[in-house]
Amino acid sequence: MDLKLDHHTEDRLTIVEVEGEIDVYTAPRLRELLIDLVNKGNFHLLVNMEKVDFLDSTGLGVLVGGLKRVRAHDGSLELVCTQERILKIFRITGLTKVFGIYASVEEAKEAHGRDK
Amino acid sequence: MATVELTFSALPAHVRTARLVATAIARRTGVAESLLDEVRLAVGEACSRAVEAHRVHCPGEPIRIELCDEAGRFEVTVTDAAPSDDLEEAYKDEDGPPTPVNGTALASLLPADTLMSGFGIAVIAALADDVEVYPSGKGLRIKMSWPAATTGLATA
Repeated sequence: MDLKLDHHTEDRLTIVEVEGEIDVYTAPRLRELLIDLVNKGNFHLLVNMEKVDFLDSTGLGVLVGGLKRVRAHDGSLELVCTQERILKIFRITGLTKVFGIYASVEEAKEAHGRDK
Repeated sequence: MATVELTFSALPAHVRTARLVATAIARRTGVAESLLDEVRLAVGEACSRAVEAHRVHCPGEPIRIELCDEAGRFEVTVTDAAPSDDLEEAYKDEDGPPTPVNGTALASLLPADTLMSGFGIAVIAALADDVEVYPSGKGLRIKMSWPAATTGLATA
């Protein structure tokens, strides 16, 4: 499956919907979207990965790059993910300590609301 | 022993094909369903690393994957043609033939920003049951394996 990307903003939080496979072929599209969002002043990003079938280190690199960009503007990049196969690569690389990872968009929005 | 060999051009789009082939053969060889995601990710990491290295050093050269079942193991070898002399120099034995390098040790040697390769190999080392990396001036060979049913490809 290819990569499908969509996004919308709710109350200063930009939710990025990702569906499909994030690998060396598709990751540049996600990178471009994250860079574009940050360039347009969206500094609080929530990446919903519930429909992601595959994620490799290239994809992780894109997410880390996005986090670095938003942090330069005191922003945040957090994730929604409950799939064990995807969470595993975050655990292997120790990135569970770097990203806020939530079980649902609603849970992340609540946490974001508390932090505002 | 039965072997499937696959060569592909150093294009990112082909990495997915390599992952799919490796996963299909792993399943047929008798690798447990619970390990198939690990096979898919590890083979993808090795192929992504090779593609990135070829795009820098030798975009016209193909990348080779060998998949085989042997003595109850499913073994995948990804071979690239991009020079890895620096790694070879760091790990070669005095006057001896090329020796395999433990995946974790190699990952720690590679700078994290070198084509993300150190990161990718670290992921492979965490996923595969056994990993050996053979650096040389002619390319890098990553051999990884997982347990499989003894009645795998050879008799299926």
